[in-house]
Amino acid sequence: MTAIRIENLTKKYRDVTAVDALTLSIEEGELFSLLGVNGAGKTTTVKMLSCLTAPTSGDAYLLSKSIIKDTAEVKGLIAVSPQETAVAPGLSVRENLELICGVHGFSKEKSKEKINELTSLLGLDTVLSKKAGKLSGGWQRRLSIAMALISEPKILFLDEPTLGLDVLARSDLWEIIRSLKGRVTVILTTHYMEEAEALSDRIAIMKDGRLLICDTAEKIKEKAQTDRFEEAFVRIVKGVVK
Amino acid sequence: MRMLTFAKRNAKEILRDPLNLAFGLGFPLVLILLLSAIQASIPVELFEIQHLTPGITVFGLSFMTLFSATLIAKDRNSALLQRLYTTPMTSLDFILGYTLPIIPIALAECAVCYLAAFALGLSLSVNILYALLMIVPISAFYIALGLLCGSVLTDKQVGGVCGALLTNLSAWLSGVWFDLDLVGGAFKRISYALPFVHAVDMERAILAGNFGEIFPHLLFVLGYTAFILVCAVFLFLRQMKNQ
Repeated sequence: MTAIRIENLTKKYRDVTAVDALTLSIEEGELFSLLGVNGAGKTTTVKMLSCLTAPTSGDAYLLSKSIIKDTAEVKGLIAVSPQETAVAPGLSVRENLELICGVHGFSKEKSKEKINELTSLLGLDTVLSKKAGKLSGGWQRRLSIAMALISEPKILFLDEPTLGLDVLARSDLWEIIRSLKGRVTVILTTHYMEEAEALSDRIAIMKDGRLLICDTAEKIKEKAQTDRFEEAFVRIVKGVVK
Repeated sequence: MRMLTFAKRNAKEILRDPLNLAFGLGFPLVLILLLSAIQASIPVELFEIQHLTPGITVFGLSFMTLFSATLIAKDRNSALLQRLYTTPMTSLDFILGYTLPIIPIALAECAVCYLAAFALGLSLSVNILYALLMIVPISAFYIALGLLCGSVLTDKQVGGVCGALLTNLSAWLSGVWFDLDLVGGAFKRISYALPFVHAVDMERAILAGNFGEIFPHLLFVLGYTAFILVCAVFLFLRQMKNQ
């Protein structure tokens, strides 16, 4: 079943077209990556899909709900882990999770159950009573993902989830993201080629707001006639491969 | 439910910052003690406890602007607001969630000032309760100003604008530190065109039991509160849309 259907989605800021008639579809349970250099339109696409920014034209349907007409329903289906850690620094890890449960209207019992589940999944047990603002970048990212997952989203947007993390923290987060495959539809935006290649079922490469290619990492390498994904990305973005 | 959860979180963030407690509760208290000590040595009518206390309670509310503006600006900067905008929370949940938890903090600040004033000789009277009650619309003005500043300024700018500029304006133009008649002229006219001195005069009149004198001060306070609140809601919704 199709989780996301994007039809001619366009966003213009005065004379700049941030996203230009983007059309693609993403299947349920798929881990889909959006790749591109700075200004490619990845974050704007995620902002439109998560109802943070209204498109200039076009539409997208998340589990058949329009991001323009059915905003409230779409918000009930999704969760976003933004580029910044987006945690409440003065609250403990547990209180941050409780905050998200509360804004989603969970009962006390359900909140407790979800917090236990997410704490276990993301290994947050040891830091549960620590203030979020005192945690390292890696732990804050874990908390950020836990806060996104706690609302049981059908579609999860991860915007640069491993940005600025060390190798070990990144590897740990990769494992967590892999464990979501098949259970949640994940849209990942990243600058890291190896991350997109290692984790994604399919990858879309964008440049100047336009979709250049959308396929599996293997097929993209094949089309770019190279064994290295990074090289394939450079060739496609530079227009060496059409 | 959503709004209350968010309001609870905001109250925790404010109250867990020791600097907020120091400025919000400690600083007005220090001012009462210090100015009362000066009054004991060099008697000045303005610093008599029944004049001083209402002024300090109103001046202390300028820190409520700083609290709310800082919290909102930080939430915008850290993208916590962006995360929450993708949840089923409504605009009203956000606005009330940022506004309501600061009202009890404002009341607590004023109550602490009056407790200190008792110790320094203020007579116990039911008018104190009325003065505390009328702090609510005044605090709504200061909180709305915080919502407005937090919606358009960064957390660093908030420190300068609300922490330095507003507290100074609130002090100079309120008639708490010096009698505005001493300066007179344009300075006095500007002061009386703004709500700060009206808030102080209204609180002084209530504490003295001169309820007939709360007008036109109350109208100035309510008018400014309504105007700033409308602007704050507009600017908050605008930054929400600009996400």
